[in-house]
Amino acid sequence: MRKQFVKTIEEILSKDNRLVVLLGDIGIFGFNNSFKNYPSRVYNIGILEQSTIGVAAGLSMNGLVPVVHTIAPFIVERGFEQIKDDFGYQKLGGNFVSVGASYDYAALGCTHHCPADVGVLKNIPGVEIIVPGTASEFDRLFKSSYADGKPTYFRLSEKSNTQSYDVEFGKAFIIKKGSKATVIAVGPMLDMVKEACKDLDVTILYYTTLAPFDEGTLANAISGKTIFVCEPFYEGTLSFDVSKALSKMSIMPRMVYIGVPREFIHYYGKSEDIDKHLKLRTEDIRERIVNNI
Amino acid sequence: MKHLKRKILEMAVKAGEGHIPSAFSVLDILWVLYDRVLDTRPHTKGNDHFILSKGHSSMGLYIVLAEKGFIQKDILETLGKFESILGGHPDRTKMSDIEASTGSLGHGLPMAVGLALGMRIKKEIGRVYTIIGDGECNEGTIWESALLASHHRLNNLYCIVDYNHSGDRALSLGDLRAKFESFGWDSVSIDGHNHDEIYKILTKKSDVKPMAIIANTVKGKGLKVMENNHEWHHKTPKYEELMAFMEELK
Repeated sequence: MRKQFVKTIEEILSKDNRLVVLLGDIGIFGFNNSFKNYPSRVYNIGILEQSTIGVAAGLSMNGLVPVVHTIAPFIVERGFEQIKDDFGYQKLGGNFVSVGASYDYAALGCTHHCPADVGVLKNIPGVEIIVPGTASEFDRLFKSSYADGKPTYFRLSEKSNTQSYDVEFGKAFIIKKGSKATVIAVGPMLDMVKEACKDLDVTILYYTTLAPFDEGTLANAISGKTIFVCEPFYEGTLSFDVSKALSKMSIMPRMVYIGVPREFIHYYGKSEDIDKHLKLRTEDIRERIVNNI
Repeated sequence: MKHLKRKILEMAVKAGEGHIPSAFSVLDILWVLYDRVLDTRPHTKGNDHFILSKGHSSMGLYIVLAEKGFIQKDILETLGKFESILGGHPDRTKMSDIEASTGSLGHGLPMAVGLALGMRIKKEIGRVYTIIGDGECNEGTIWESALLASHHRLNNLYCIVDYNHSGDRALSLGDLRAKFESFGWDSVSIDGHNHDEIYKILTKKSDVKPMAIIANTVKGKGLKVMENNHEWHHKTPKYEELMAFMEELK
């Protein structure tokens, strides 16, 4: 996804002279061509995330389309108030592209983890949140929403699904229909969910846009008495959206959230080691679904 | 300026809201900006930009905007009311002549840097002005942005510090002029209530550096009881006090 991010940006820089890229001293080498070809529109701005977001807002006021890029916690958690005031409250458009989804940087410890990102940004009205599952889905979703006049967060992940879908901004994608339960797979969780449910009679809905949340597709496609929400970030992050989407139902289905537990992880290793520790591998997901249908 | 200060008092009393001493502190600077410096005209986009980073001085901004015809004078009476376009802090979504919604300190200067950089990218002429407070200089974003502005040689950026020493009781700033200079800015110290001094520096052009103007001001300027008196920071005068203030500002 990171390579695709560079390619997508290079392509848009050549076509849209409003695009301005502010890199927080991260991913610099990938952008060598862009630095050379568009020196007035691509900056290694430095390690000052709060001001960078403010600068991006100033660019946006002047009709430009900013892209801010650094590691997830430094955009979302350090720069939260800047995104809230400078973009949300002021109704300005801009793009925030993060790397280091949840515990991708497993060995670096929790200062570099960010399983809270989507939940945190959900508290800023008007912010769009996109979690692509593959590189080509990122390309497609970025191109369709980068200049829509809204603040938009794109969550790049080291994990990627094997198959891409023709996902559309703001829309959930129906992977398969079944009758025993509904399983929501968010972004890079889809491969595991598909494998875990391959012989199960369940509906699988694939979400890549999380804000605005596609309530209609969920309300119409719901099947069975249990919803499993498979989230690559803190478990329960989507609980408000899911329950709101189903608020017109006379009997609420049972909701099971399968995601990152809300605890600090005092281990290192690779992200796969943490998946195992947190029981977030395909077999773990299958076990929870089978035991709860 | 006395008639504007009287109107600010009236506005604050009607609203039961507002930071009067902060508005008085920056009033002369705001007046010179809108009277003689900015090329902006009501409801038309000029080449220059202005951000009131210390948004709690909003009454000073509103009174100047009204005096210069940007907003109707009767709207001033609605300050802080439910459907008013004028809040305790300015909101850019309410009127096109307000460029930024501020209030939380340390946000205006980074946005001003972005505007100045954007003008350079688009090869636009014009200048970007912002007013920050000395208390606001406690915020890290001020110094982050100070580094950015000098590194990118934004000589179209003017940062006016309303140096009324209100922050001294918490954290002293020492020689603010020298601090900005050491961050790579042209930095000058002026009397923030002297209109000619303000005008001269706000129209001076630097070759490569952004300009910091340390405007020495008095918080609550013009009212003896209010001057440098923290008690009045966010307080509305009672009837007898208002009468005495009006008399003093005749």
